[in-house]
Amino acid sequence: MNRQISQVAIASLILLASLIVATTYWQTWASAGLAARQDNEIQRVAQFTIDRGLIYASNGKTVLAANTRKKIGGQTLFFRRYPTNGLASQVVGYSTQSRSRTGVEQAENSYLTASNADIGTILGTVGSRLKGTTIKGNSLVLTIHAGAQKLAENLLAGKCGAAVVMNPKTGAVYVMASTPGFNPNLVEQPAGYAKISATKSPCPPEPAAPLLNRATQGLFPPGSIFKTITAAAALDDGVYKPDSTFDDPGYCTEYGKQVKNALDQSGPEAFGIVNLVEAYQHSINAVFCNIGQKLGAKRILDEARKFGFYSVPPLEMPSDARSASGLYLNGKLFDPSTGKGYSRVDPGRLAFGQDKMLTTPLQMAMVASAVANNGVEMKPTLIKQVLAPDGSVIKRLHPQVLRQATKASTAAELKNMMVEVVQAGTGTAAQIPGVVVAGKTGTAETCACNTVYDAWFIFFAPAEDPTVAGAVVVEYQNNGFGGSVAAPIAKQLMQAILPPTPNSTGTLGN
Amino acid sequence: MSYRNRELGYLIAVGALTGLGFASVYIARQAVIGWSSLTYAAFFVGLYLIAHIVTRLTVPHADPYLLPMTGFLTAVGLTEIYRLGPGDAFKQGLWVVIGVAVFALTMIGLRRDYRVLEDYKYLFGVGAIALLFLPRLPVIGETINGARLWIHFGPLQFQPGELAKIFLIVFLAGYVREKREVLAQGRLKDVGPVLVIWAAAMLVLVATNDLGSALLYFGIFIAMLYIATARLSFVLAGLGLFVAGVYAANRAIPHVHERVLIWLHPWTTQKVPCPVTGTMALRQDCESYQLVKSLYSISNGGFGGTGLGKGTFTTTSGTQLIPDVKTDFIYSAVAQELGLVGVAALLLVFMVFVARGMKIALQVDDGFSKLLAAGLTFGFALQTFVIVGGILRIIPLTGITLPFVSYGGSSIVANFLLLAGLLLISNRANANTA
Repeated sequence: MNRQISQVAIASLILLASLIVATTYWQTWASAGLAARQDNEIQRVAQFTIDRGLIYASNGKTVLAANTRKKIGGQTLFFRRYPTNGLASQVVGYSTQSRSRTGVEQAENSYLTASNADIGTILGTVGSRLKGTTIKGNSLVLTIHAGAQKLAENLLAGKCGAAVVMNPKTGAVYVMASTPGFNPNLVEQPAGYAKISATKSPCPPEPAAPLLNRATQGLFPPGSIFKTITAAAALDDGVYKPDSTFDDPGYCTEYGKQVKNALDQSGPEAFGIVNLVEAYQHSINAVFCNIGQKLGAKRILDEARKFGFYSVPPLEMPSDARSASGLYLNGKLFDPSTGKGYSRVDPGRLAFGQDKMLTTPLQMAMVASAVANNGVEMKPTLIKQVLAPDGSVIKRLHPQVLRQATKASTAAELKNMMVEVVQAGTGTAAQIPGVVVAGKTGTAETCACNTVYDAWFIFFAPAEDPTVAGAVVVEYQNNGFGGSVAAPIAKQLMQAILPPTPNSTGTLGN
Repeated sequence: MSYRNRELGYLIAVGALTGLGFASVYIARQAVIGWSSLTYAAFFVGLYLIAHIVTRLTVPHADPYLLPMTGFLTAVGLTEIYRLGPGDAFKQGLWVVIGVAVFALTMIGLRRDYRVLEDYKYLFGVGAIALLFLPRLPVIGETINGARLWIHFGPLQFQPGELAKIFLIVFLAGYVREKREVLAQGRLKDVGPVLVIWAAAMLVLVATNDLGSALLYFGIFIAMLYIATARLSFVLAGLGLFVAGVYAANRAIPHVHERVLIWLHPWTTQKVPCPVTGTMALRQDCESYQLVKSLYSISNGGFGGTGLGKGTFTTTSGTQLIPDVKTDFIYSAVAQELGLVGVAALLLVFMVFVARGMKIALQVDDGFSKLLAAGLTFGFALQTFVIVGGILRIIPLTGITLPFVSYGGSSIVANFLLLAGLLLISNRANANTA
C-alpha cells in the first residue's frame, strides 16, 4: 500500500501548495485591483485611521477643518468636522466616509493624509507604521483671511455671488467667497445632502447650487470690466494712447444697427468728444465698440489669452472645480482661432464684455492683479504653509510668476485709468479715505430683458503700491449696477485687509 | 534526544510564540483589552504541557512534531479569535480544554491497542450516518446559512458532521482493509459499496445542502479505496461520478447553483436578482458579499500583513465586514494581519503536519493502521483545501472549518481525536521498529 500512500501524500501536498500559490496571487498581483474597487470598505476605513491634517485660516488659529476621534471596534478612527460650519465652504470642501471629497480636502489630500512625497513625511509615516502608532497628516495653513472671508460671505449673504481678493505681488488668495454656501457638517448627516441641495435660490431662475464654487467655476458675462482687456490690447500695440480722442454719439453702429450706450455709465447719455481715459472712466460702450471694431476680435481675444483666458487658472482646487474663461457657445468653450471662427464673433460687443464672453471671478481678480503688479500675473494660491505634525514648516508659499500679461507701461496707464474710475467715474462707491483705490465696474446683461444684470467690480489698492486686488460679482441684480452693488462690497473687503490708515484723502501723483 | 524531550522543546517554542502573539495583540489593542490577556498564553502553555504529559505516559514513541504543530495551529486560531472578539476566545479556550480532555481520555483508553476499533467498524459506520442525519431531526436541528448542519442543546451548538468525518474514516479503514482483495478485482457486485457511498454522499449533499462536506467525505473514501486497491480507475470513476452529481445538483438545487455562480462570477456590473432580499442588487452586495469581503481582507494583508491587531474587520460604523470571520473565514483574518509571509508559514505547518501523518502511514506495518493514518491525514488535508481553496476561489466556497484554527467546538474536539489517532498509530509504528 505504501506506493499509493506516497501518491496520496504527494497529491495532498500539491493541494495545500496550491493554496500558497493562490494566496500569493490575491496578496500580490490582484491586490491593487481589489484595493481600487469601490465596494472595498477596508480601504475606506483605512483612511479614517489616519489623523488627517487640520486646515487653518491664514492666522493659524481659525480652524476650518478638524477631526473628531471615535473608537470603533478598538480602532481609533478620525472623522472630519468643520468647526466654522461653512466658512469658505467651497474652498475647504469636505471629505466623507464614502471617499468623496471636494475643495482643498480633495486637491491637497496627499498632504492631509501624509502620503505626499516629502522625505520627512515618508520617514514619519514609515516610522508610525513600524511603531504601530497613528499616522498623522500634515496640516494646511490657507492664505484665507478669516475676517475678510467672513465679511465677504456676510455681504454676499442672500445673494448669488462671489468675491476673490488676492495679493497681486504673491498670488496669495485672501478671500474666496461664493454664495449661497453650505454647512459641510451636513454632508454626512442623514438627509443632510438633500438639505444642502434644497437650499432656496436667492437668484431665481438660477439654481442656488451651494456646492458650486462660483469664484472658480461660475461663468458670468463680464460686461464693462472686460474693457480693461480691450484697453490693454489698444495700448499694448500703440494703436491708441490714453489721450486718443473719440466721438461718442451715445451709440455705436453694429452691422447697420444702433447699439445704445448702457444705463450704468456715469455722466450724460452722449459725451461727445472724449479721450480713452474718460471713455474708460465713464464706461462708454460706444467708444469701446468702435475700438473693438478697429482692433478686431482676434486682437482682443489674443490680449485676453495673455491674461490667462482660455486656460484653466492654476489653484489648489480640483480641476473639475475650475473653469477657463473665454467665449462660450452652447455651454462649451469656443475657440474662434480655428476655422472661420472669428466671423462668428461680434468685435464691437466683445470689446465691452458681451457677446458670448464668460469669465470666472478668479480670472478677473487675476486681471486686476496683473494690472496692479506692473503687468506681471502671479500664480494664485490658497496654501500659505504646510505644517508637519510636529509643527515644523515643510512647505511655504513661494510667489511664482505665471505670465507677463501686458507691458509694464500699459499696466501703468491702465492703473491711472482705474484710479480715475474710482475717483470720479462709475466706481466712486469704492473710495476709501486715505487710500487710493483703483477699480472698474461692470454691469452685464444676463437676458434680453435689460433690467436684470450681473454686477461686477474689479479693483486693487493702494494704487501706488498695491497689496490687495480682486473681483466681486453679484448675480441677477434687478436694476443693480457694478458701481452700486459690487463696488461697496469691494470697498469693505479692501478695508478689512488693508492696514488702517489716517482719515485723510490721498491722491496718486501723476 | 528522546522523542518526548524533543516534543517538549518544540512545545516551549510554540508557547513562546503564543506569548508573542498575545503580546502583539495586547500592544496593538491595549485601548480595548487589558494585560490580563497575557494570562491566555500562560494558560495555553499549561494546557499543552498537560497534553505533553499524557503523551509521555501513553505514547512514548510517537511522532514528536504533531503535538507542537497542533499547539501552533490552535495558538494562531486562538490569538486571531481573541483579536476579533475576546469573549469568543474564552469559549474557544474552553473548547480547547475539552479537546485536550477528549484527547487525553482517548489516549489513555486506547493506549494498549487502538486496533480494537476495527472490530467495531460497522458501529462507527452506522454512527457516522446517524451523526450526519442528526441535524435533520426537527427539534434539535438547525439551519445556518442555508445549510442544515447543526444541532443545538440549549445554548450549545454542535456540528455533528465533524465527528462523523472521524467515524467514517475509522469505518472505512476497517471495511476497506477487510474487502481489499474483492474490491481490487473490480467486479460490478463488489463495486456496489462504492456506488452506495457515492449515493450516500449525494444524499448528504441534497439533504444538508453542504457541497463541501459531500466533497470531503467522498474524497476521503476515494483516497482510502485507492490506497487499498491501487486501482486508478476507482479514482477516475469516483471523480467522474462526483462531478456528474454536482453538475446535476447545480441544475436542480438552487443553493448549489448559487454557490457555483458565486464562485464563477462573484462580481457583477449589472444588478441581478438577489435571492436574499428578493430585490435586484449587484452580486457582490448580495450572495457573494462574504466571499468578496474576504478577498478584500486577504489582499489588504499584502506581503507582510497589517500586523496582529491592526487589520480592518469592521466598517467605520462598527459593522462586521465578514460575518463568519471567526469560523469559516478565519483564514482571511489571519491572511490580512500576518500577510503572505504569515499564511504561507501557516500553510507550511499544515503541509508538515500532512507529511508527518503520511509518514506514519508509511511506517506502520498493518493494513488497518496504514489506512486509518492515511485516511485521517488525507481528511485533514482535504478539509483544509476545501475551505481555504473555497475562500481563494480555487473551488466553489462551502462553509467548513479550518482544522484547529477556526472557532468552533465540534471542529476542535474532532481534530483532537484525529491527532490522538495519529499519535497512537505513530507510537505503534515506532515501538515496533525501536
